[in-house]
Amino acid sequence: MKSRLDEQTITLRATREFADGSVVNLGYGMPGLCANFIPEGRTVFFQSENGMLGYGSLASDAEKDYEMINASDQPVTPMPGLCFFDSAASFDMIRGGHIDVVVLGAYQVSEKGDLANWGRPGRPATGMGGGMDLASGAKKVIVTMLHTTKEGEPRIVKECTYPLTARQCVSIVITDLAVIEVTKEGLVLKEIAPGWTVPEVQNLTEARLIPAKDIKEIAL
Amino acid sequence: MTVNKVLSSCDAAVADVFDGATVMVGGFGSFAGLPVNLIVALSRQGAKNLTVIANMGGVGFELSQRLKPGGYPDLGLLFENGQVKKFIGSVPALGGMPPTSPLERSHREGKVEIEVVPQGTMAERIRCGAGGLGGFYTRVGVGTVVEKGKEKKVINGKEYILELPLVADFALIKAHKADTMGNLVYRKTARCFNPVMATAARTTIVEVDKLVPVGELDPEVIVTPHVYVHRIVEVAG
Repeated sequence: MKSRLDEQTITLRATREFADGSVVNLGYGMPGLCANFIPEGRTVFFQSENGMLGYGSLASDAEKDYEMINASDQPVTPMPGLCFFDSAASFDMIRGGHIDVVVLGAYQVSEKGDLANWGRPGRPATGMGGGMDLASGAKKVIVTMLHTTKEGEPRIVKECTYPLTARQCVSIVITDLAVIEVTKEGLVLKEIAPGWTVPEVQNLTEARLIPAKDIKEIAL
Repeated sequence: MTVNKVLSSCDAAVADVFDGATVMVGGFGSFAGLPVNLIVALSRQGAKNLTVIANMGGVGFELSQRLKPGGYPDLGLLFENGQVKKFIGSVPALGGMPPTSPLERSHREGKVEIEVVPQGTMAERIRCGAGGLGGFYTRVGVGTVVEKGKEKKVINGKEYILELPLVADFALIKAHKADTMGNLVYRKTARCFNPVMATAARTTIVEVDKLVPVGELDPEVIVTPHVYVHRIVEVAG
């Protein structure tokens, strides 16, 4: 059994996409970890849709303040320059194109970059939260997710079968097996987990992958 | 003329919430900004057939312990009591939690109708309601289930959908400090939906950690002007 990347490594790889000075929103779950892995020498301003810009890493037990949380309900720490605002102002920021990057989890991503990340069979009461606003409004949407479901079904598909969050919004998908860029020509396989081959990754992907000319091993 | 807005208990503050009322509840989802004491009072008061507008449906006391040590009461109380006929929000139940929240159970049993709204769209619908606007066009939700039944319009070559305003009979709000006139300031991310909802209800009821005399709050930092606030209760912080 070949090993796949763990959540920390996927997250760490995602943070390598953050340009210096960028404003970044982190979606529910795994993306929240990104706040702990900012590349050395880069400044990133984390925006949280509950109304905060400029927070730092997740809080240690001693630092926890339950009125100082990110959108995943996790206590976080302040950074110099931190500011608070209400939900309406927060979503003006999001819809108005002031967020450079959002990192979101997903159930499915299609070959056109459609995203499905909020509803799944058997859970009719879940909601999209701020996911639709973020996927529609951010300049760049990065998806971090596991390449397949627990049952081994592909999550990178020709057409999403789960409820959509937004159409043609995803720029890049980072999984436990690969880094895939969404382009007009289709899904370009840019990087691959150590020890895996292109046919092996394609086998676990429903949509067709186009191996990049300069395809390389995922490195951090 | 001075209107006394300060009440001695949350029970007194929610006493006239009537059956069939629409109630906005501030906060984001978990503890931060949730008017916990007013929710408990409303569950004791017992009004039924409520429409509740809140970002999240709450997780119930048992699961709340995963979000904050010791847990806290949340909207789950109202669903457990069968007080709610309709919930409007962006996260009725958290997909990352077991499907056992009171709202999710009530929904499965057919007792509660759910209208799911993208979070930013919800904030803006409330702002429209508060500001006397008839609605707004947004690109959020285009090409998804959210666009169902809504008017569409192409603006500058891009497709938008029309979203309509939201208002309420009552808003239950959590603020950090109020002066006795009702000017409000908030604490950290406990701000979230509170200032937005505080402006969109016929009767806005606020629980605060600290009540201060008029003149003590810096006018430059007041977030919610007193004109929106009708009742204030100081609760033990």
